[in-house]
Amino acid sequence: MRTSTSCSLAAAMTLLASTAVYAADKPSDPQIAHIAYTAGDLDIKAAEQALKKSKNKQVRGFAENMVKDHSAVNDQALALVKKLGVTPEDNDTSKSLTKGAADKLSELGKLSGAAFDKAYVDNEVAYHKTVNAALETTLIPSASNAELKSFLQTGLKIFQGHEQHAEHLASTFK
Amino acid sequence: MRALLLGSTLLALLQSLSAAGATAGEVVKVSIGDLTFAPAELTVHVGDTVEWDNADFVDHTATAKDGDWDVAIAAGKTGRVELNRTGTIAYYCRFHPNMTGTIKVLTTEQPQ
Repeated sequence: MRTSTSCSLAAAMTLLASTAVYAADKPSDPQIAHIAYTAGDLDIKAAEQALKKSKNKQVRGFAENMVKDHSAVNDQALALVKKLGVTPEDNDTSKSLTKGAADKLSELGKLSGAAFDKAYVDNEVAYHKTVNAALETTLIPSASNAELKSFLQTGLKIFQGHEQHAEHLASTFK
Repeated sequence: MRALLLGSTLLALLQSLSAAGATAGEVVKVSIGDLTFAPAELTVHVGDTVEWDNADFVDHTATAKDGDWDVAIAAGKTGRVELNRTGTIAYYCRFHPNMTGTIKVLTTEQPQ
């Protein structure tokens, strides 16, 4: 099961990586905005599932923080794209991320208790690693607009914080 | 002799002033912007209060690694803690552990 999600994540990464290799095909600002917004939105959905299923105080605290932070980031993102007159544009990377997240939601939906908690947190580590790598190697370098680039850089710092927070939480399950 | 007297009077006055300052406790400010505590390293005296001012749009905390204190600092707000023990305290943000800082707390007699 985990392999299938890793495959979806890997597919998303490959798409991102290949976009990076072929500079001519680098994602446009509307596509970058869509990918970044989608990535945040998907993590909110994962957190909402965790808040429905988990009774673990630490896990719930983490999930609550994911909802708060990603909502705050996406609110800022919407305000920025509006200001810049950019219309977020759906693309293969967004689609791949969405598909991977839907598979994961249904996979985690079958788990409960400590098994769910561990799987959710492990996936949060993997998911943030994927998104952060994409931001670092592709999305930030490809962004043309300076304000969008700077916003993504702040987002990366926030999500790197989430990655460390998730890693710390994951270490308590071992 | 007179100069000596004046000197010691001045010294006593200065000492009492510095003691009064320590009792009242200073408020030392740390700003938070773009996921960074600034200054990241700080030296204060026992009785001083550290106040964090969060200019980010996400909530943060200032949490002592030794568990001594945990200050919530909501987005756009401030949070503070009074430091009553000497020592060097490493702290971080629980939500974003990549944010770290250090506070050195000296006795009231120690110069910075």
